[in-house]
Amino acid sequence: MLEQLTHHLPALQTVIPLIAAPLCMLFGSRHIAWTITLIASLATFVISCVLLAQVIDGSVISYHLGGWEPPLGIEYRIDAFNAFVLLIVSGIGALIPFYAPASIKSEIPKSLHSYFYTAYLLCLTGLLGVTVTGDAFNVFVFLEVSSLSTYALVAMGAKKDPRALTSAFNYLVMGTIGATFFVLGLGLLYILTGTLNMVDLADKILLLEDNRTLNVAFAFILVGLGLKIAMFPMHLWLPNAYAYAPSAVTAFLAATATKVAIYTLLRFLFTVFSFDYPFEVQTLEWVVLPLAIMAMFAASIVAIFQTNLKRLLAYSSIAQVGYMLLGVTFLSKTGVTATIIHLFNHAVTKGGLFMAVGALVLRYGSPNIEDLRGAGRQMPWTMAAFVAGGLSLIGVPLTAGFISKWYLISAAFEANHWVPAILIVASSLLAVIYVWRVVEAAYLQEPANPTRQIKEAPPMMLISTWVLIGASFYFGIDASFTTHAASAGADMLLGSVDNSAHIILEPSHSLIPHVTPHGQE
Amino acid sequence: MEDLTFDFIIARYNYWLVITLMMTGFYVVVSRGNLIKKIVGLNLFQTSVFMLYISAGKIIGGTAPIFTDNPDEVYSNPLPHVLILTAIVVGVATTALGLALIIRIKETFGSIEEDELLKIEHDYDTTGKMPTAEGRP
Amino acid sequence: MPLTHETAIALALIIPFAGMILIGLSDRNSIVRDIISVLTSLLLFSVTFWLLREVEAGAVPELILFDVMPGLSMAFKIEPLGMLFGVVASGLWIVTALYAIGYMRGNKEAHQTRFYMCFALAISASMGIAFASNMFTLFIFYEVLTLSTYPLVAHKQNADAKKGARTYLSILIGTSIGFQLLAIIWTWVATGTLDFVHGGILSGHLDDSFAPVLLALYAFGIGKAALMPFHRWLPAAMVAPTPVSALLHAVAVVKAGVFTMLKVGVYIFGIDYLSLTGASDWLMWLAAASILIASIVAMTKDNLKARLAYSTVSQLSYITLAMALASSLGVMGGAMHIPMHAMGKITLFMCAGAIYVATHKTNISQMRGLGRTMPFTYAAFLIGSLSIIGLPPFGGAWSKWYILLAAADTGQLIMIGVLMVSSLLNVAYLLPVVAQGFFLPNPDDLSEPAAKGSISTRIKEAPLLVVLPPCLTAIGCFLLFFYAQEIYNLLAPVAFGPETATAVLGGSPS
Repeated sequence: MLEQLTHHLPALQTVIPLIAAPLCMLFGSRHIAWTITLIASLATFVISCVLLAQVIDGSVISYHLGGWEPPLGIEYRIDAFNAFVLLIVSGIGALIPFYAPASIKSEIPKSLHSYFYTAYLLCLTGLLGVTVTGDAFNVFVFLEVSSLSTYALVAMGAKKDPRALTSAFNYLVMGTIGATFFVLGLGLLYILTGTLNMVDLADKILLLEDNRTLNVAFAFILVGLGLKIAMFPMHLWLPNAYAYAPSAVTAFLAATATKVAIYTLLRFLFTVFSFDYPFEVQTLEWVVLPLAIMAMFAASIVAIFQTNLKRLLAYSSIAQVGYMLLGVTFLSKTGVTATIIHLFNHAVTKGGLFMAVGALVLRYGSPNIEDLRGAGRQMPWTMAAFVAGGLSLIGVPLTAGFISKWYLISAAFEANHWVPAILIVASSLLAVIYVWRVVEAAYLQEPANPTRQIKEAPPMMLISTWVLIGASFYFGIDASFTTHAASAGADMLLGSVDNSAHIILEPSHSLIPHVTPHGQE
Repeated sequence: MEDLTFDFIIARYNYWLVITLMMTGFYVVVSRGNLIKKIVGLNLFQTSVFMLYISAGKIIGGTAPIFTDNPDEVYSNPLPHVLILTAIVVGVATTALGLALIIRIKETFGSIEEDELLKIEHDYDTTGKMPTAEGRP
Repeated sequence: MPLTHETAIALALIIPFAGMILIGLSDRNSIVRDIISVLTSLLLFSVTFWLLREVEAGAVPELILFDVMPGLSMAFKIEPLGMLFGVVASGLWIVTALYAIGYMRGNKEAHQTRFYMCFALAISASMGIAFASNMFTLFIFYEVLTLSTYPLVAHKQNADAKKGARTYLSILIGTSIGFQLLAIIWTWVATGTLDFVHGGILSGHLDDSFAPVLLALYAFGIGKAALMPFHRWLPAAMVAPTPVSALLHAVAVVKAGVFTMLKVGVYIFGIDYLSLTGASDWLMWLAAASILIASIVAMTKDNLKARLAYSTVSQLSYITLAMALASSLGVMGGAMHIPMHAMGKITLFMCAGAIYVATHKTNISQMRGLGRTMPFTYAAFLIGSLSIIGLPPFGGAWSKWYILLAAADTGQLIMIGVLMVSSLLNVAYLLPVVAQGFFLPNPDDLSEPAAKGSISTRIKEAPLLVVLPPCLTAIGCFLLFFYAQEIYNLLAPVAFGPETATAVLGGSPS
């Protein structure tokens, strides 16, 4: 029985939250919904831990959904890289049920709480599904599952600030355009190769010489995912969506949604396409590199001038996405490792920061820095978490952010990219400015309303915040796990390990053995 | 690569249709301020991609992809159709969610015109007050 | 229980940290808190003193904690230079801990618990810097030191303090992340190691023409060494309460800067590599300019603490200059200048604080005639000044002597001139303070003799806890002159290489 179960872990990863989601809605009671969410998200977390333990040594789990053999059937394919991303997503996901109840109590009408959990679980399903699947079209479907539920989640912030509705709508329009571009690119790939399985695609793309359709497909996929990633300058949906969504949603999205989109991009850049494909190398060097650097600066500078703390962090996220993309453009293993490490470290740090801000918003009723003056004394623990997270954002030693910066700059030096190396540190200094604005307001200014009694955040919120902030310190002090996992993931992506050593789950008993899909004509 | 002859262009009429439809949809999304029209544009945009897939799966003279005894039977590729069925579901869901959001926006802001919404939001930013739906024409 | 080297290093790091936590816990009871603070400093000093004895006997205590990243470990290894810095910082902490109690109480400062906690944390970070066995560990503690001193600078929380603290943080973080981190990662990518090895690790791994660039990244990156033009933070930090200025901005923080500078010169580049490539020539000129300009600026300052701050900027550049001379004698002189200047400058700052506690005066022009009402403070100030100027029989004489020898040795005659002129400038900006105090009449007595009544109601000395520490350190300045040989012996392996160490000690220590 247990063996049966472990065989199906890759599928259970998405199936559990998918089934749990409608249950939440059917029961309707927010307490039951919360319990279901908690169980489902903890289960996914445990599963992802088990999966990572199985593949960290470089092996690959290939799970054939429904017993249909790839490339025709849908394959769930787990290697060190996506197991690591799964861990990030499900880890943050497992914290949200602890954080959310206190936070959404004041932000979402009670009658909608079970819907909130439903949408949250669907979003989790989508994100995990995108990560776990090895089928390109399946990526699109899961991406839309997560995006649609995200739009709904963002719109739930309407009670607190009606602008959540318009920002959700804008997000919907932008996100749908992105997804459509992406699926268009996939369509072109399919027309070219007749397959949608990523590994199979990679083999067939190698055979295509310089091909204009392929370049178009690549461009559409890059732009489509770029919109989902909030790659500069396609980031316009992000600040409003993060600022007006309920705090728990913001924390979850900031930590996972863009990360999963970046994961997908890396998957396409390395597994489907590769550095052997000259158009990709040119695009990375001449388009993505400048855009990444512009993101690092433009977004950080805009962040400095924000008055709304959530928007400030949102712009900081756009800048951090720039770092992650920058790592890829160095075209080296260290660079990709740096990207993956930063993916993890930033997820942990930004999740913690947004949770801290959520607690501040809960007590002060406003995310404006003006109104948060004196928070250092009134909510010492929450504010300490914010400062600690801010230090990690800057990249101060002993925080996770430092490890990311270290690898990123090492990669830049190795690639003899002097200018980006200098720009990386220059933009971290911008982070000092926007973090310190908040620190000064919270610690060195008198409270806006000294007579008002402000309590410390509810314990559950505080604990989940500190779990993430503590993690961002832990992974800054002992980075062996992150560096190990990230470099295993980078090896996997760059194909420097022999990934023929598969663990194939679900032996084939396929019904139609020899049908290869036809291409056009 | 073939020369760009008239025949070459005409033979790929399905792509021209897809491109036209796509650009129309995209233009509507970008240029119209009315949120409903944006959703309509988005639908056109998505539909163009559906057409791309479906036309790619079509084989001239092919039958429906049903298993027969005849080994020489030519049939159209069913996979794109299946994929697009999924994509249509996604598209419908997106439309439904978009329309639902529009209803909420109308209830809250009293308008679904983008420029008016921006103005209301700006006022909200500066005054912190939301004009009630009744107060608008 | 016998004390092993590992536990001793761990203790040196943990004691101040534990002290910080205990201080935090005893927030309610200020007496207990102050006692803890003094006890911690005594305990720490006894540990470092024990380590000093071990190092003098030729031991090399080591402690490897854990790997942060593959190949980069948090590790400690005490060599003589670090030992010296460790002893100076922890020894002067005792004096400052006493002084701080008197000063903070005398001025009825707010947030005293936070103050003592950050203070202890800063000392813990200094110990980490002193004992670090690789550049990575050193950098980590360097940043911890910056961050832990920020609340101290911003202590008063008024507009001035905030502005000063902002300058402080932005320059120190800016230079360390902007330049130093780059330099460290560059070194790491080029050599694959960051360990401190006598003779340097760069030789053979770096194109000679890049050596000056890398050195520039280090020299400017170590903002705590206050090399011009990145010296602005030091005067800005003077908004902090005087104990902070005394210990941190005359001893721990700035000495951590020049200490790092020496470490980089001796253990990353290597003196031979520097003199071979001439990478440090430009640094020598910049340091010389820094010495002179800062001295001249110091003369224009009327605020006593600001004058002392600029004096510190100038004195720190002595050490940078000594390193940049790239000779063994220079390293000796520079390293020796760490304790000598520390002892002298802490005296001066504590005197400035004593004057402030007693009279609430900060400007030199208001201090006329105070020497007669505060004779002990002014005597200590005089001794400190003489030591800084470099007159025998005070400690400062030796370090200047060795730096002069190094300049002569390397044939840098202009540098000899610079050092001479600078000594004259020291006289010109330090001694007038004393002279005014003793020889000019007190304006208060002149303007309102009736209101003040008789001469017996003049302002008296500051409280005992404020006056005693500067007197002690003044005596220290005097004693250092006679104990210079010990310091010389301790530092010999750093300056002349490990082989000479055995020669100096008379045989191989086993």
